[in-house]
Amino acid sequence: MNYNWNWGILFEEPYFDWLVSGVEWTLFVSAVAWIIAFSLGSIVGVARTVDSVPIRAVATAYVELFRNIPLIVQMFLWFYVVPEMVPDDWGRWMKRDMPFPEATSAIFCLGTYTASRVAEQVRAGIESIPVGQRAAGLAMGLTTVQVYRYLLVPVGYRIIVPPLTSEFLTIFKNSSLALTIGVAELLYQARQIENYTFQGFEAFTSVTLIYLVLTMIVVALMVSVEEKTKIPGYGIQKDK
Amino acid sequence: MIEFKNVNKWYGTFQVLKECTSSVKKGEVVVICGPSGSGKSTLIKCVNGLEPFQEGEISVDGVSVGAKETNLPKLRSQIGMVFQNFELFPHKTAMQNICLAQIKVLGRSEDEANTRGQELLDRVGLGDLGYKYPSQLSGGQQQRVAIARGLAMDPIAMLFDEPTSALDPEMINEVLDVMQQLAKSGMTMMVVTHEMGFARRVADRVIFMDEGEIVEDATTDDFFGKPHSDRAQLFLSKILEH
Repeated sequence: MNYNWNWGILFEEPYFDWLVSGVEWTLFVSAVAWIIAFSLGSIVGVARTVDSVPIRAVATAYVELFRNIPLIVQMFLWFYVVPEMVPDDWGRWMKRDMPFPEATSAIFCLGTYTASRVAEQVRAGIESIPVGQRAAGLAMGLTTVQVYRYLLVPVGYRIIVPPLTSEFLTIFKNSSLALTIGVAELLYQARQIENYTFQGFEAFTSVTLIYLVLTMIVVALMVSVEEKTKIPGYGIQKDK
Repeated sequence: MIEFKNVNKWYGTFQVLKECTSSVKKGEVVVICGPSGSGKSTLIKCVNGLEPFQEGEISVDGVSVGAKETNLPKLRSQIGMVFQNFELFPHKTAMQNICLAQIKVLGRSEDEANTRGQELLDRVGLGDLGYKYPSQLSGGQQQRVAIARGLAMDPIAMLFDEPTSALDPEMINEVLDVMQQLAKSGMTMMVVTHEMGFARRVADRVIFMDEGEIVEDATTDDFFGKPHSDRAQLFLSKILEH
């Protein structure tokens, strides 16, 4: 293969700045999307476990709608289609005045999509708690809201820390799809560096390593969350 | 204090409770026994509204359990309940288990709740284990914490749903002893159990159920002395042998 390796190019301007800016956008889009995913997903997940049939139906409809459409299709829908479907004034605002229209659309898209997946995990966590726990809470005079707040949610979330970690990682990786609607995140910058310099191997290798470092940081963070919230003596005991 | 009048309950088309009528007076200890699936647990869960019923009436201290206008959480806070599987909250220590509803339902301060909790832990013989999490306690200890948790609400009655059925044999007595003390102190109790020795020693009355019906409702001496129905006699002959 006849290829001129030039790792130094990654540290030259403007390419270094492009990478830094790409990391910033990836972090920003992922973090804000995760906040949406976690809060909305928690609400929808809890709603799927309540007694009220209409509330459960709405929550189920949300989950099935958002998790069954490919993420890239949802990106296009949010960016190209939604502004045309809402009332004219809103559509004009979304296209012209909304700050960072591409990134905002990507954040909403990633957040609402991941929320549907978080919701399923929250539901699984709560449903894995024996029904007797709910009965015990009600029997001592707690209201249903209190049973969720003090018993089901605290225990359910501890159970789902491992799958939530995967979901948190996935949101960083899925954020790369935002390049399809023009968000200048990490992968976008890698392609741009390749277009300008023809040093594609260096660009994509560096981006791969950066994604790896970012996700490893998330893993470390979640491991510490898992440690901190562990219930002494509960669940499978690991030998220390 | 607890009155049942013609209580009927169905799961779908299957009738689990048939015309159950009885009552429990203040300070009385009533044991409910009978074969599996006879509706004992269902009946006791109807008392605090954990299980709804379709027909008839249950009242506790004059408050109708089934009525729409009844404030169920308030009624439940006055009735302690102990479950077969303890149902302590795994993420809370023994003391926190005992304090949770005192603080969130009765509005006691943390200090008051802790003081009351310590009294009760002492009373069930676990005074120095309040800091332990449920999974660090034995089954018998967990069930005694659960009893303390029920008593912390200063209930007017206590319901026990097979409190010793999930326990290893050597732990059964420590729980029954606590229940016996409680009975002596004058607590109104309904106890679903297969422990006939306990029933004989502690109960004022025994209710025998079969297929959703109350077949026998007699004083303890009468029940063990001369059961009337063949069904109860058969049941007793089977479980008294071992």
